[in-house]
Amino acid sequence: MESIFFLIVAAVAVLSSILVVTCKNPINSALSLVMTFFCLATLYVTLDAPFMAVTQVMVYAGAIMVLIVFVIMLLNIRVEAVKRGSHAVFAGGAIGLFLLFQTVWFLGRGTLSGATGTMDRAQVVKVGHIELIGKALFTDFLLPFEITSILLLAAIVGAVILAKRKI
Amino acid sequence: MTWDAIDIGLMLAKIAVLFFIILTLAAYLVLAERRILAWMQDRKGPNRVGPQGMLQPLADLIKMLTKEDLIPAAADRVLFAVAPAMASIPAILTFAIIPLAAPETIFGHRVSMQVTDLDVGILFFLALSAIAVYGVALGGWASNSKYALLGSIRGLSQLISYELSMGLSIVPVVMLAKSLRMSDIVNAQAEMPFIVYQPLAFVIFLVSILAECRRIPFDLPEAEGELVAGFHTEYSGMRFGLFFVGEYINIIGLGALASLFFLGGWRGPLLPPIVWFFVKVTAFSFFFIWVRGTLPRLRYDQLMHLGWKFLTPLALVNILVTGWWLSLR
Repeated sequence: MESIFFLIVAAVAVLSSILVVTCKNPINSALSLVMTFFCLATLYVTLDAPFMAVTQVMVYAGAIMVLIVFVIMLLNIRVEAVKRGSHAVFAGGAIGLFLLFQTVWFLGRGTLSGATGTMDRAQVVKVGHIELIGKALFTDFLLPFEITSILLLAAIVGAVILAKRKI
Repeated sequence: MTWDAIDIGLMLAKIAVLFFIILTLAAYLVLAERRILAWMQDRKGPNRVGPQGMLQPLADLIKMLTKEDLIPAAADRVLFAVAPAMASIPAILTFAIIPLAAPETIFGHRVSMQVTDLDVGILFFLALSAIAVYGVALGGWASNSKYALLGSIRGLSQLISYELSMGLSIVPVVMLAKSLRMSDIVNAQAEMPFIVYQPLAFVIFLVSILAECRRIPFDLPEAEGELVAGFHTEYSGMRFGLFFVGEYINIIGLGALASLFFLGGWRGPLLPPIVWFFVKVTAFSFFFIWVRGTLPRLRYDQLMHLGWKFLTPLALVNILVTGWWLSLR
């Protein structure tokens, strides 16, 4: 049951991520990317990580992609002219094939023992998913957390300065 | 039959009943709005179809369904067709986390009056309100019309701005309840509803949900005086109907959430829980209609100032004060 569900979601994820690069219309590309994010969120749910799933939808599909769609709408970017046979296509294809080969190679050689870490399903159910993440963020990973918040603050200040220069 | 099968059947039954309830409520909210507005403006309102116009929603539905479904020649056909659904689906999905009443024990089986009690309830609601933007944005863009595009750009920036103050105004509720789960939030208000501790957060949330519903005084995306009908200018028939119903479902859903976060949800003395919840949601819906009948529309820059320079900083200060108060207690 679960593996059938996974296969369907994974197929949609792969299909929509292919559409992201093949669509001629930038809005359609952006929406395909949103679709991919939804599929990833679904996979997070099946992995007992509802917080990750919701954050995925909220931050990527709900904030970042909305901004991208907004920019596309404002700049009125139209359907891109078709380009064929450029060097970029060749280089991209080569790199893609290499990555595919590498993935298959490592998948074939990988050894999974099936042993679980300290945070297994029972632990998540007992303590609560969000409680676990919150505790880890504010104790074990406090420094990275604070550094990230300072980075974000710097980005906000930078955005305000860049926008104010025009007015 | 195993318990699993019963659980799945129960879930499907809950979803079906909930669908029936919210669609009926939304249809009658439209009628109520027209009648109450007429009453406020000293008119009669729709009172011809059935007793007191009670069958008007049905007549409207038949009218919508039998109208021609126009798609402009220059429109992006697929997106144009999909956008109304994108606007109404998040509104309907919000109801999945709303507990309608206290959990009941039926045949020794504990049944919560809620489709699913998610661990991340509030975040689920915030994520849905974040993706609700797409319906407005794409509806206007796909129409390929100036008015619709202007409307959807306004709608996009308004929804993004007010999502922020809405999300920040719920943070103190989470801090008080110490949980994101809806049932925990309602249970935390057993002694005292949170509006007593958090009047400021309640006001910020109320103003923000007015803006999220795109209602007067925040109906700039569909300002009929300047933009014909805003982002849904080019829509007709049931596609327009979906936008319309989505808006009313949104009003009911956000009203229900406001009563869950601040008024104790289904909790109340004497009357059964479901009645209390219904009374609270109806009161919020009436408030929305009342505001529409009273206030004029804001100007665009006033809208942005209110959101970014007043509500959001106020909500942040409120979080700080709540944290300080909780650490002292």
